[in-house]
Amino acid sequence: MIPYSFNYHRPKTLAEAAALIAKMPDAKFLAGGQTIIPAMKQRLAQPSALVDIGALKELAFIRVAGDAVVIGAGTRHHDVATSADVARAIPALSELAAMIGDPAVRSMGTLGGSIANNDPAADYPAAVLALNATVRTMKRSIAADDFFTGMFSTALEDGEIVTEVSFPIPQLAAYAKFRNPASRYAMPGVFVAKAADSVRVAATGAASCVFRIREMESALARNFAPEAIADIAVSPEALNSDIHASAEYRAHLLNVMARRAVQAANAR
Amino acid sequence: MAAISMTVNGKPVSADVEDRTLLVYFLREHLRLTGTHIGCDTSQCGACVVHVNGRAVKSCTMFAAQADGANVTTIEGLARDGKLHPVQEAFRDNHGLQCGFCTPGMIMTAVDIIRRGRANSRAQIREELEGNICRCTGYHNIVSAIEDAAKRMGGAA
Repeated sequence: MIPYSFNYHRPKTLAEAAALIAKMPDAKFLAGGQTIIPAMKQRLAQPSALVDIGALKELAFIRVAGDAVVIGAGTRHHDVATSADVARAIPALSELAAMIGDPAVRSMGTLGGSIANNDPAADYPAAVLALNATVRTMKRSIAADDFFTGMFSTALEDGEIVTEVSFPIPQLAAYAKFRNPASRYAMPGVFVAKAADSVRVAATGAASCVFRIREMESALARNFAPEAIADIAVSPEALNSDIHASAEYRAHLLNVMARRAVQAANAR
Repeated sequence: MAAISMTVNGKPVSADVEDRTLLVYFLREHLRLTGTHIGCDTSQCGACVVHVNGRAVKSCTMFAAQADGANVTTIEGLARDGKLHPVQEAFRDNHGLQCGFCTPGMIMTAVDIIRRGRANSRAQIREELEGNICRCTGYHNIVSAIEDAAKRMGGAA
């Protein structure tokens, strides 16, 4: 299928990209394109222009800086999945990147694109939230807790470009994902991270937006073991119910995935 | 309109295309390289997989303009001097195709799997084929062909 017409722009620098989009209110950024291009092909999206930031070298990097792993927003999932630095510092993050989409999608898809899109079933938002990461844009830093604001929505303003995400290195972490057997989307996925002073549990693929399961966090802070959360039921009230799973089933899976993630984190 | 230039199967090509032209349409309709197939409209089937700068990508989920300046290899670019690529040979020897529609994408993906060193077991090959659908459900022999090709190539493409 063929998208509606639009104008394609490929700026050479980040500054040029920001200046371009400021002039075109109906334009969108194109990073890896693995979400927006399918949506445009289905004619569900009709931007007047695309500003392609996918090839900007200044956005593609992985850096381990002291107690954090800093990943450029234009870094492809494949590069995060196969980075020895990420695997050493936060193996849960490279494992998560290796579970996104399929190999060809991972060749193109980017970290920045995934979190800016904030699909309710995307994987990266769970890591950003559970690891208490900081999202940096061209003008500010945004804490993970403030970044994801709802279904397909974030704290980003129009034209604001994510440049990098800084992930604090946890003591232990793991991601457990129950994949939809056909689409392989999280249905749901739970990311558990234990830092020196706290435990954070983030769930994706369960509700309209990624969210923290605070009751599990306090139980795991006392005892970081699967049995500590075995009896903590997540209320199905705000969870998605669809052809793939009822809200009750998703609530059940959240507990199972959380326990599996804790077990995997402890097994490292 | 976008003026684009790229190298396709070792040859330089240039064209003016509509900005919305997907890479797969550029290959098929402008260059008449119809070996790259379109099997779905949802980026799921993998019949359109080609290599762009050495990475396997879905050419239906990329604009031709994004490949401006890139090095592209399609199924037509694998055989050399009239001799099939070892992965193509292995697909033939192992009957790794039935109707053949998914085969170009399967082979381009297979070359990439072997290059990345991810053809170490049948289970791993199946996992790596997650983004390629064979509607004849002929996966068994496709996996055998990739396993065989990896052996022939000493594990590296």
